[in-house]
Amino acid sequence: MDPLALTLIELGAIVFCLGLLARLAERIGMSPIPLYLVGGLGFGAGGLIKFEGIQEFAHLSGEIGVILLLLMLGLEYTAQELVTGMRRSWQGGVLDLVLNFIPGAAVALLLGWGLVGAVVMGGVTYISSSGIAAKVITDLGRIGNRETPVVISILVFEDLAMALYLPILTAILAGVGFLGGLQTVGVSLAVVSVVLVVALRHGHRVSQAVHSENSEIFLLNLLGAALLVAGIASATQVSAAVGAFLLGIAISGATAQNATRILEPLRDLFAAIFFVAFGLNTDPSSIPPVLGFALLLAVVTTATKILTGYWAAKRAGIAIPGRFRAGAALVARGEFSIVIAGLAVASGGVASEIVALATAYVLIMAVLGPLAARFVEPVVKSLRPPPPPAARRQETPAVP
Amino acid sequence: MNVEETELPGFGVRKDFVTASGRRIGVVELREGETELFVSTWDDPDTCQASIPLTADEAATLGNLLGGQHIAMRLAEDHKEIPGISTRQFSIAADSPFQNQPMGKARIRTRCGASIVAIMREGEVVPSPGPDVILHTGDLLIAVGTQEGLDSAADILRHG
Repeated sequence: MDPLALTLIELGAIVFCLGLLARLAERIGMSPIPLYLVGGLGFGAGGLIKFEGIQEFAHLSGEIGVILLLLMLGLEYTAQELVTGMRRSWQGGVLDLVLNFIPGAAVALLLGWGLVGAVVMGGVTYISSSGIAAKVITDLGRIGNRETPVVISILVFEDLAMALYLPILTAILAGVGFLGGLQTVGVSLAVVSVVLVVALRHGHRVSQAVHSENSEIFLLNLLGAALLVAGIASATQVSAAVGAFLLGIAISGATAQNATRILEPLRDLFAAIFFVAFGLNTDPSSIPPVLGFALLLAVVTTATKILTGYWAAKRAGIAIPGRFRAGAALVARGEFSIVIAGLAVASGGVASEIVALATAYVLIMAVLGPLAARFVEPVVKSLRPPPPPAARRQETPAVP
Repeated sequence: MNVEETELPGFGVRKDFVTASGRRIGVVELREGETELFVSTWDDPDTCQASIPLTADEAATLGNLLGGQHIAMRLAEDHKEIPGISTRQFSIAADSPFQNQPMGKARIRTRCGASIVAIMREGEVVPSPGPDVILHTGDLLIAVGTQEGLDSAADILRHG
């Protein structure tokens, strides 16, 4: 068969299958990410069906998917919100980082994957899925809850932390030494600070530069700017994804909202291809040997995330059920853990078991997270004695 | 009333207060222009018993209902001393002959002696509206007059 025809058929089959998987995910009310990963595992090396000739396309599309994921994450927040969120919740954010980075890093060291492996796995277990968390908050009608701002501020902290972590990871994966690493940290700190200041003072100018009433021009401006910034960031070792994230932060106001609306379908497509491409590169037979460790990490990091949320919510004066709800909302790991593992794969310098462990871990956590969020409340309530009837306030005055 | 405002980055702004009966009630103004109305449960003020998405139109209508009741009650209180004077609310339905028309066209004061003293629109009050004010679907008109005058005003607004 003509190679082009074959490629088109393969690509069409994959995208069509993704549609079916997304529909299944919606039907059972879960995140589609684990299903995309499983789909990728099934199509790729050692999977059920082997696809040839689309690797290059899948790889580039996956990269664009990561850029769009991070760009849209940046669009969600304004620089102002990031700065105030940081000021209000840095203690919770630091506790989150310490508690959830250590388990992943420890397992990596235990398995002999060295410092690089530890930094990768620490990042994978640290970062919550803000996509899944946002969906959980909306779906469970918790947007008006008092603990929700606590959850959001921790997610915001994680996203900022990632803007520093990803460049460090990129540098370590590229094999630079300690000094080189320090230099990268310095450069990325400087870049992040400059972008925040520019976004605070001149955000409207950046918005104006890309804005257009015509949606076609607007889309091309946005995508062009994102890829340019990502490329330049990548060339200066700040990591393409972080470049896109910072561009997203600099775009603000109504422009950001329009940009979100216009980019959403593109993000959905390319991010789905990214997850599949990641699965394609993972050999399913490499997962069973690391499954035990993935389960162990799942148990430990579920507990540490709940502890993080519990502590942060307690500081905000939330009662006990709300503290558990805050913790459970943070449990899900998803897109960004895969982004981190994907960077590790792309560099080629890490053990293939890391990818298998990250895949198995995210598969578990993306499913477990929403379940934990849904069932934490009934569980906590059943363990605590019900409040005495007198505690119930009278809403309507008693009839005399 | 102490209304608390909380930023929810990525979502919008939450505005709420605690009622005398101990419930927290409020809205989240979402970025996309929609509103989420919520009310807390009685045993845990942190959580919500109901969280109801409202479109911009629905939120405006609810605002009119709540605000209109308040104004009507205050006016009724004011007119308590004058026998025969009542206050009533009329909403402009989608099929009203006066929607998108200036209010003066209905000639309510001339025809039935009732006065439109305020219009509730999108949660805001338009006090003492003049004849040039354009009526829209969902507007709540607060009228003062005699029972008969108000009855015929209702008829005029509905059928022209």
